[in-house]
Amino acid sequence: MNRIQQKLQENKKLLSIYFTAGYPSLNDTVSIIQDLEKSGVDMIEIGLPFSDPLADGPTIQASSTQALKNGMTTEVLFNQIKNIRKSVSIPLIIMGYFNPMLQYGVEAFCKKCSEIGIDGLIIPDLPVDVYHEQYKSIFETYGLINVFLITPQTSVERINFIDSISNGFIYMVSSASVTGSQSGFGKKQTNYFKRIAEMNLNNPQIIGFGISDYKTFTQATQYAKGAIIGSAFIKYISKYGIKTIHEFTKNIKNTNN
Amino acid sequence: MFAMTTIKNKMNYNVNEKGYYGEFGGAYIPEMLYPNVEELRQNYLKIMAEPSFKEEFNQLLKDYVGRPSPLYFAKRLSEKYNTKIYLKREDLNHTGAHKINNTIGQILMAKRLGKTRIIAETGAGQHGVATATVCALTGLECIVYMGEIDIARQAPNVARMKMLGATVVPALSGSRTLKDATNEAIRDWINNPVDTHYIIGSAIGPHPYPDMVTRFQSVISEEIKWQLKEHEGREKPDYVVACIGGGSNAAGTYYHFLHEEDVKIIAVEAAGHGIDSGESAATSVLGKEGIIHGCKTLLMQTKDGQITEPYSISAGLDYPGVGPMHAHLAKTKRAEFMSITDDDAMKAGLELCQLEGIIPAIESSHALAIFEHKKFKPNDVIVVSLSGRGDKDLNTYINYFKL
Ligand SMILES: Cc1ncc(COP(=O)(O)O)c(C=O)c1O
Repeated sequence: MNRIQQKLQENKKLLSIYFTAGYPSLNDTVSIIQDLEKSGVDMIEIGLPFSDPLADGPTIQASSTQALKNGMTTEVLFNQIKNIRKSVSIPLIIMGYFNPMLQYGVEAFCKKCSEIGIDGLIIPDLPVDVYHEQYKSIFETYGLINVFLITPQTSVERINFIDSISNGFIYMVSSASVTGSQSGFGKKQTNYFKRIAEMNLNNPQIIGFGISDYKTFTQATQYAKGAIIGSAFIKYISKYGIKTIHEFTKNIKNTNN
Repeated sequence: MFAMTTIKNKMNYNVNEKGYYGEFGGAYIPEMLYPNVEELRQNYLKIMAEPSFKEEFNQLLKDYVGRPSPLYFAKRLSEKYNTKIYLKREDLNHTGAHKINNTIGQILMAKRLGKTRIIAETGAGQHGVATATVCALTGLECIVYMGEIDIARQAPNVARMKMLGATVVPALSGSRTLKDATNEAIRDWINNPVDTHYIIGSAIGPHPYPDMVTRFQSVISEEIKWQLKEHEGREKPDYVVACIGGGSNAAGTYYHFLHEEDVKIIAVEAAGHGIDSGESAATSVLGKEGIIHGCKTLLMQTKDGQITEPYSISAGLDYPGVGPMHAHLAKTKRAEFMSITDDDAMKAGLELCQLEGIIPAIESSHALAIFEHKKFKPNDVIVVSLSGRGDKDLNTYINYFKL
């Protein structure tokens, strides 16, 4: 069983953190991953930066631009994390746009991920249908879980299709927006969370986009297996540096007091 | 039987049912955009085939845009290059470029889809102006994204958009040009998935955009056929020539000749300071297969798959990709691709002013510059798309020629 599938079976709400590899400094990647695990995070999304991140808001855009300026590339990232499994055991997912993977070679990319011990991929601009027709067998060969997104606008029919070809979790985008643009969930969103929860899908859902603190984390995980925090984490380390990661996690889990 | 087989084996240059031109095209979009793009995909051909749509579209092209645009025999230019050059005068359209053909079509589409808010990206500002214009015409809200650099170099068009009631939002990321304006427009669409239609201004983007834009622009070659028949007694020129930013004026100019193998196609890209200068936008030479703005196409990028910042003196050609149709035309060698430097384009622009009394857009000047680089036969009939007029470029012309 893949580490993601194992983790999803644990009887708890999962906290997943996204960060952009190569930010704030090029070589922070490994220590960020290690500190996130030590601080009690359940799963990590390692962002492979892209020059034109269409689905991302200003915070992740800026961190991606900086990471690329710092010299991050696909090759550099793979080198940085090649021994990561000696020190880290929680699930690791690479999140990135499709073009850098296409240039690396989709099969070579998947092979490398599997050698390193990456458990899954999130590729926002690789459509479900193209994945299904062209790349599914490659992902399966290398034991990688591909995670798909659903949004408040995704039709029931399509959600069922996505559920049928998923084998980990479904990434539930909290609202119609790019990353980072929420400040709390209203009735509209909780209704959507409820509606999806009531579908009793085969794959658990993890909610992302707009989770930023204890309140939004708790709200989201009331309806889903877990939640993903990206922009808020990047803002936090931009402001307080990467030595304060445990503080950030404590705040989210409200274990400070 | 035999005839059918030949047709079957003939290369198809149009989009196929899956949204591809050969290996290029498709819809590589985040799930957030899927409902919108899918809605469009399922409806665009149906809507375009409705008699009421066709009637409204054609009426507006005639009465509002001023079509048909003339096909003008450029006598003195032809004499200079010892061949027969016709100019398809898209510069005479309302708002000054071919862009309005597409925005008229798309605004009627948006209305039929029940959309109330329109967004667009713009480089030279021509598409932004054309979008602001049709929004004023139909009373829809209009937001135009434009790179900060382009806002500076195309100031008159920014003012025009504002006068027409549009909100112009500067794109501050990346190279702050067309690519980045397009990113911002896509993000806006993700944030506003229900009421908003995105009017893409070129033959780019996820399927069905390249095909839809091409169909709206195909009026250009439809007119060329009957106009050339009047001039020359034949519908088919020997060459059709157009500049390529994303490729919409080119797609429209080629459309009805794509499968006429005796009509040669020339596509003109911006070489900027030169192909090898590191400051260029000649995608067919410098690009490699990749994904930009929702489609698989030729794309200027690093080895690592990061999109490269292009350069051209002309804002409308300053784009690191080409539409998927053109990537296919390049790959299959159906079209000959040429690249023209800033300097050659500026010279050709000034030459047209002085030989024909027409001030062209700098984009179009790139297409005119091929005559210095390629020799044609005296009897060759060459139709060049004069995609736009140069009013918007006066500042650039003034600075360049120290006028
Ligand atoms: C006058 C003119 N010609 C050409 C272009 C290039 O666009 P396309 O390649 O879509 O025709 C532009 C774009 O702004 C333009 O304004």
